Amino acid sequence: MSRHVVTFTVNGVAQRVEVEARSTLADTLRESCGLTGTHLGCEHGVCGACTVLVNDIPTRACLMFAVQADGAAIRTVEGLAAPDGTLNALQQAFQDHHGLQCGFCTPGFLMLSTWLLERDEVLSEATLREALASNICRCTGYQGIVEAVRSAARKAGRWAE
Amino acid sequence: MNWVGRRLRRFEDPALLRGEGRFTADVAVGARAVRFLRSPVANGRITALRPPEDMPPGSLFVSAAELGAIGTIRPMLYRFAYRAVEQPILPADRVHFVGQAVAAIVAPSAAMAEDLLEAVTFDIGSETALVAMDDALHPGAPAVHAVAPGNVAVEGVMESPEAAAAFASAPHVVEIALRSRRQNASPMEGRGGCAQYDRATGRVRLTASVQMPHMLRTGIAELLSMPEADLQVIAPDVGGGFGQKMALFPEYAVLVWLARRYRGDFAWIEDRNENLIASAHSRDQEHRLRGAFAADGTLLALEADILANVGAFSAYPTTCGVEPLMAFAEYPGPYKVPAYAARARGVLTHTCPMAPYRGVSRPVITFGLERLMDVAAKRIGIDPVAIRRMNLVDSFPHRSATGLTLDEASYIETLDDAAQHLDIPAFRERQKAARAQGRYLGLGLSVFNERTGYGTPAFAARGMGVVPGYEVVDIAMTPNGEVELRIGASPHGQGLRTALAQLVADRLGIAPESVRVIHGDTDRTPYGWGSFASRAMVISGGASQEAADKLAARLRAAAAKILQSSADDITLRDGEAVAGNGSSIALAALAKQVHQRSDLFDGFNLAESAHYDPPGTFSNACHAAIVEVDPETGHVRIERYLVVEDAGRIINPLIADGQVRGGVAQGIANALFEEIVIAEDGNILTGTLADYTLPSAMEIPEIEIHHRETISPFTLTGAKGLGEGGSIGAPAAIANAISDALSPFGVELFEIPATPPRIRAAIRAAEARA
Repeated sequence: MSRHVVTFTVNGVAQRVEVEARSTLADTLRESCGLTGTHLGCEHGVCGACTVLVNDIPTRACLMFAVQADGAAIRTVEGLAAPDGTLNALQQAFQDHHGLQCGFCTPGFLMLSTWLLERDEVLSEATLREALASNICRCTGYQGIVEAVRSAARKAGRWAE
Repeated sequence: MNWVGRRLRRFEDPALLRGEGRFTADVAVGARAVRFLRSPVANGRITALRPPEDMPPGSLFVSAAELGAIGTIRPMLYRFAYRAVEQPILPADRVHFVGQAVAAIVAPSAAMAEDLLEAVTFDIGSETALVAMDDALHPGAPAVHAVAPGNVAVEGVMESPEAAAAFASAPHVVEIALRSRRQNASPMEGRGGCAQYDRATGRVRLTASVQMPHMLRTGIAELLSMPEADLQVIAPDVGGGFGQKMALFPEYAVLVWLARRYRGDFAWIEDRNENLIASAHSRDQEHRLRGAFAADGTLLALEADILANVGAFSAYPTTCGVEPLMAFAEYPGPYKVPAYAARARGVLTHTCPMAPYRGVSRPVITFGLERLMDVAAKRIGIDPVAIRRMNLVDSFPHRSATGLTLDEASYIETLDDAAQHLDIPAFRERQKAARAQGRYLGLGLSVFNERTGYGTPAFAARGMGVVPGYEVVDIAMTPNGEVELRIGASPHGQGLRTALAQLVADRLGIAPESVRVIHGDTDRTPYGWGSFASRAMVISGGASQEAADKLAARLRAAAAKILQSSADDITLRDGEAVAGNGSSIALAALAKQVHQRSDLFDGFNLAESAHYDPPGTFSNACHAAIVEVDPETGHVRIERYLVVEDAGRIINPLIADGQVRGGVAQGIANALFEEIVIAEDGNILTGTLADYTLPSAMEIPEIEIHHRETISPFTLTGAKGLGEGGSIGAPAAIANAISDALSPFGVELFEIPATPPRIRAAIRAAEARA
C-alpha cells in the first residue's frame, strides 16, 4: 500500500500524518492523532457516532478518507471543553438534561449539535428533531438530547418559542 | 441532607462529554489486530481450511487445529428436558450458523487482517439449513445437534388441575396466535476485546466490552485450563449492552489464548455487520395463547404454548432456557390467573444463538397477554380498562399460578392514573370525529409487572448450572476520609457510580462526591455477577447500603472513643461524627486517626463488606399509546406515549426517567421497526444499519412519565428495578393502539414489528374476509 502525507489541523493544532490511501479520517484521528473521542458505531455512515466537523460541516469521519481531509480544519469532541476540562455550554446542557447514558454516541451528537448551534438559524422542535435524526442513540430515547440542545439553543437565542 | 431521591447530575458524564471516556477500542490502539473468518453457510461440513500462502511478518492464522485441546462452551441447566449443546471455540469440522467464527487472522492492522482473510482457503460442503422453527420441529427433521433429536433443546410443561375444566365450561374462550420477529439488541458500541500479556507477571489483562467481567474470567479460565488468578478482566466504559454483552463469546477465549501463546497484545473490535449477524439475537418467538373468561370478563384460566427459536447454541451462562423458561414462568403477569397451563420449548435452528435482550421474554408475553385482554374485551363487549381492572391482582402478597410471590404493587392504581391522564372519553370523541374525516386514531394500553432484583431463587428454580444471584460490595474509608465502594456489578450507562454514591452518602452523612464507586475490574472488585435483569440498583444497592451501615457503625465506635462518648450517642452528618453533647470530629480526621494511630485503635479498621441476595420484587407500570395509522401506506405515527410506572423508591429520578425512556424507545423499535430477516438458506438480509432500522429522534416521541412509589418490603432499599420495564410495556401498547385504530377495518394485529407492509397485509386480509 502506498502511503501519503496529509496535513490538516485538528482543534486548531497542526497535524502531519502518513496514511494509506484507504485510511479513513476516523481511523486516522483515533490511531495517528491519538484522539479516541471520535467513536465508530457502524463504519457505514448510518449511526453518526463518528461525526466531526470538517471545515465547519458535520461529516461522517468513517466515510471520508484521510487524504480527502488534506488541508482541512477539523474539529472533534476533544476541542469542546476548556483546557482545564470545564465543559462548554452545550456539554453542560447534555449533563444537566441527562442527554447521555453509555456515552458512546455522545461525541457525534455533540459535534452535530455544535454545528446546529453555530448556524445562523433559529431552531424549532421540528427542525431540531429532524437534524438530530442524522445520528442514532440506543440508550436515551432522544428526549434528553433534544432537551439539552433546546436548552443550549435557548441560551444562545436560537430557539423559536 | 438527604441525597436519595434527588436528581443529581451524573458523575460519569464529564469525561464522556469531553471524549475522554475509555472504551475497549481506545485501549486497543497499538495492539495487533484480530479479525475472524466467519461462515457464509448456515449448515455444513468444513472440507478445507488453510492459511493464506503468503503470511507477512507479524501475521498469524488460528483455527481449531492451532487451538488444540481447549474446552467447549457448554452451559448447564439441571432439569429433565434440557439437552446440553456444546459450542466449540472454533469449529473443527462443522459450521452451525452464518457468521460463526471459523478462524482468526492476526495482523499489524485490522485492514491488513481483512486483506488476509480474503486469501484464506475455506471450503464448506453446504447442507440444508433449518432456519424456521416449523422446519426444525417437523417430524423427521435432521437434528441440528445429535444430542437433541427433534431439535428441542429445553422444554417446560405445567398444568394446574383445574385448567381443562375451566376451558371446557367457560362462557368465552379466546384464542390468539402471536409472532414476534427476531431482534438484535444493537448497543452502539459492538463487542470487542483487547488481551494484553504482562511478561513481568505472566498474567493477561482482557479489556472487553462486557456486562459480566467476573463470569467471563471464570469461563475463559475454565476453557483454557489456565489459573483464573492469571487473568484480569476489565469492563471499561461500555457502550451499552442490553443483555447482549452478558454472554461468553468464543472470540474472547481466542484473544486470551493468543495473548498467552504469543506473549503479546491482541485486539478484536467487531464491526457492525458482525454484531448484526453473529453476536446474539432474541425475541424470535411464536405463542398460541388461550384465555377462558366468565360472562362478566373474569379470567378463569390461561393456556400458553410458547416456542422460542434459540439458534444453534446455548449462550453461557444464561443458557437457551432464558427466553422459553421465563415466558413459561411469568406469563400470568400482573393478573389473577386461577388456573394455568403452559408448554414452552426452545427450538434449535441453524441461526445465530439467542441471548438475553432487555426484558428477555417479557416484551413478548406482555404483547400476548395485553392483546388477549383487548380481544377478549371486544368479544365480551366490555371496556379495555374494565377487563383489566377486574382481573389485576389487588391484594398482596399474591402467590401466582406459577408459584411466584408478587409483592405490594400498584397495578390498578397505575391503570387508573393512565386512564385519567388520557381522558379516554374525550379521546373516543376525537377518534370518532377523526374517523369521519378518514383519519384513524387508536389508543392502546399495556399493564405489566416486571420481576426485578431477583437473587438466587429465581435462577435456581430454572435449574441453572451457574446461578447469578448475589452481589458483594466492599467498602472502605481512606485515611483522608473518602469512601471507596467496590462492587461486583458492572454498569455500562446506568449511572450506578452516581446512584450508589447517593445511597451511601445518606448512610454516612457525607457528600456523594466523596464516594468513589469502583467497578468493572476483576482485580479491584469482589466477585459478583454484573449488571443485567434490572438487578444492580436492588442487589448492589442493597449490599452497598448494608456495607455503608456497617462502616457507619465502625465510624461511630471510633468517634465514641475520641469524643469519650458511646457509639449510640454518635450521629454522622455533614462529614462529621457528632456526639449528643455537641462535641464533634471531622470524619477525615477520624479516619486518619484510625489508620495512623494504631496505638489508639489497635486491630481496628474502616473496611467492611456486605453480601446481598434478595428474593426478588415486582415493579409495575401502565403504558399507553395514542397512534395514527395511515391505512393507505401502513405508516404509524405515535401521537402520545405515556408511562405511569412504579419502581418503589427512586434513588435518582433523573437516571430513572432516562432508563424508562430508553427502554420505551427500544420497545417502540420492537413494535414497529427492527427485525433480523433471515433468508431460507440462513443468510441474514439485514446486515447493516440501513436494513436493520434503529429508530431516530424523528420516530421516538416525547415520553410522558408519571411515578408511583410503592416501597418494596422485599428489598433493603425499598427500590425495585426498572431497567427493562420500558421495553417490556411498549410493544403491547403500540400493537393495541394500532388494532384500535384499524378496528373499522376489522384488523387485529398479532405480529411485531408491525411494519408498513405487515399493516397493509393485515388490512388487505381483513378486506378479503369482509
